[in-house]
Amino acid sequence: MNKETVLSVKDLTKRFGNFTAVDRITFQVMKGEIFGFLGANGAGKTTAMRMLCGLSYPTSGSGTVAGYDIVRQAEEIKRHIGYMSQRFSLYEGLTVWENLRLFATIYGMPARQIRERSDEVFGALGMKDMRNALVKDIPLGWKQRLAFTAATLHSPDIVFLDEPTGGVDPATRRKFWEMIYKASSEGMTVFVTTHYLDEAEYCNRISIMVDGQIKALDTPAGLKEEYHATTMDEVFRTVARNAKRPG
Amino acid sequence: MNARTLTALLRKELLMMKRNPIVPRLIVAMPVLVMLIIPLVATLDVKDVGVAVVDNDRTELSRRMVADMEASEYLHITGCYARHDEALRQMENGRADVIVSIPEDYQKDWTSGKKPRLAVEANGVDAMKGTLGAQYAARAAARSLTQWQAERGIGLPAAESNTMNLYNPTLNFRNYMIPALMVVLLIIVCGFLPTLNLVGEKEAGTIEAMNVTPVGKLEFVLSKLIPYWAVGLLIVTVGMLIGWLVYGLVPEGSVGSIYLAAILFSLVMSGLGVAIANRSATILQSIFVMFAFIVVFQLMGGLFTPIASMPRWAQGITYALPPRYFIEIMRAVYLKGATPADLAVQYVALAGFALLLSLAAAATYRRRD
Repeated sequence: MNKETVLSVKDLTKRFGNFTAVDRITFQVMKGEIFGFLGANGAGKTTAMRMLCGLSYPTSGSGTVAGYDIVRQAEEIKRHIGYMSQRFSLYEGLTVWENLRLFATIYGMPARQIRERSDEVFGALGMKDMRNALVKDIPLGWKQRLAFTAATLHSPDIVFLDEPTGGVDPATRRKFWEMIYKASSEGMTVFVTTHYLDEAEYCNRISIMVDGQIKALDTPAGLKEEYHATTMDEVFRTVARNAKRPG
Repeated sequence: MNARTLTALLRKELLMMKRNPIVPRLIVAMPVLVMLIIPLVATLDVKDVGVAVVDNDRTELSRRMVADMEASEYLHITGCYARHDEALRQMENGRADVIVSIPEDYQKDWTSGKKPRLAVEANGVDAMKGTLGAQYAARAAARSLTQWQAERGIGLPAAESNTMNLYNPTLNFRNYMIPALMVVLLIIVCGFLPTLNLVGEKEAGTIEAMNVTPVGKLEFVLSKLIPYWAVGLLIVTVGMLIGWLVYGLVPEGSVGSIYLAAILFSLVMSGLGVAIANRSATILQSIFVMFAFIVVFQLMGGLFTPIASMPRWAQGITYALPPRYFIEIMRAVYLKGATPADLAVQYVALAGFALLLSLAAAATYRRRD
C-alpha cells in the first residue's frame, strides 16, 4: 500500500445493554479515498460513525482517526474532522453566512480566511444570493450542500457524511456528489454512509454492514465480481439476505 | 477557555433569540403584564368585610356602634336585623362575613355599672377575612363604647395602644408583593428559557453538530447561561420601572444591590435549567421537571406565605431554596434600604448556589455517550 491510512479500527464494538449495535468491525480508510459505508437501516452504520467521530464511547476495540486514538483523544479528533449528520443540523434560525461563520470560527479559522473561503465556496456553488437567507427558507438540496460546506470549510483530514442526500431528487444528489469528488480530488478523505446503491458506485471502496458486522469490503468492481452480480443492488441483496434485524 | 469561540456562540444565541417569534416579546410583555395585573388582584389586604348587625338594644349607643362600623374603611353594614337567624342567612348567602349581636339592655347595663358583652361571630370558610373582619368589628365597637363612656364620664378610658408599621408604613400589601413578583418573573423566565433553548437544540439535532466540533464544554455552557443574565437584568429593570411609574414604589436601598442579586439569581435559575435540559431527552420531560422545581420555589420560597409561619421542618427545607435568599434581599433592599453588607449571608448563599448550579450545568453536559 503506497497511500497513508487516515482511519483504522480494530474489533470496534458498541453494545447497548444486551444489544450489540456494532459487532467487532475492522477496516482501514486511505487518505483521499471516498469510502462508502453501506448497510440497511439499523445495521449499525450511524453508531459506528458516531464512535469514529468521538460522539460515542466504544464498548471495546481500538482505532485511530486522523492519527488520534478514538478512545482517549476524541477532542483532538474533533479538530481534524468534519461531520454532517443524517438529521440536517445547521441552525435554521441563522442565515447561510452566519452558520458558516459560526462553525468556521469554532474550528479556529481566522476571520479573514473564513470570509475568503466562504466567498469562494458561494461563488463555486452559485449560492451568492443565498448568503443572507435564513437556512430554514432554503430548499433541502441547498441545505445539504451548505451543511457539507460547513463541515469542510476548515479543510479537515476526513469528513464523515451520514446519509447526506436523504430525501432529494437524483439530479440534486448528483450535484452533491460533485462536491464530494471535488473535495476528494483536493486530498480530503470522505467517509460516507448511504443506502442509495447508485451512490455506492461512486465510491472508491465500499463496506457492507449487516447486523452490526462488516460482511463485505472491496471496490465496487471487486464486489460485483466476487458476488457474480452486474449491479451493486444485486451485491447488496446477496450480502444482506441473511440479515436478522428488521430494516 | 476560548474567548473567540464564546463570542461566536453568544452572537449565535442573540441572533436566534432576536429572530424567535415569541421570546423577545415574552421577555418584555411578561414583566409588564405581571407587574400591572398581579399587584391589583393578588391582595391579602382584608377590606370590605360585610357585617350583619343584630341590634336587640336599639339605643343611642347601639346605633352609634353601627354608624362607627359603617364609617370604617374596612367594614360595611349589610343590614340591621331583629333576629339572629336573619343575620345568619346573610352570612349563608355570602353577603356578611361577620355577625355582631348587641344584647338587650346593652346601654342600660353599661350605665348601671355592669359589663355586658357583644357577641361577634365570624365566617370561618374564608378564615382570613373572617378572623380579621371580626377583629375590626370588635375594635370599632370598642372604640364607640369608650367614646360614649368618656362623654358621660363613666368608666376610665382604656389605655389605647397605637401600632405603627415600620418600613411599609401603610401596610400596603402591594409594597410587599412587588419586589416578590420580580422574583417570580426571574424564576419563570430564567428557568424556562435556557431549558427550552437547550432541549430545543437536542430535538433539532444541532447539539450533535456542536458536540462533534472542538467547541469547549465551558464555552458552550456559558453561551447558554450568559444571555439569561442579560434577560434577568432586563426583567428587573422593567419591573422596577413599573413599580415606580405605576405604584410609586422605589427601592429604599441602592438599585445596584438589586442588580447584583438579580445577576446571581439569574445564574442560579439558568444553571438549574441547563442541568435539567442536559438530563432531558425531550422538551416535555424538561418542562415537567422544571415545573416541579418552580412550584416548590413559589410556594415555599416565602413569596406568598411568610417562612416564619411554616412548620419547623419546612423552614429547614427553605434554606436549600435559592429564591428564599433572593426574596429576602429584594424585600429588605426595597422596603428597608438594606445594603449588601447587611445582607451578606443572603448574597453569599445566592453566590454559592450560582456557582454550584453552574458547575452542575457543566458537569451534566455530556459531549459523548
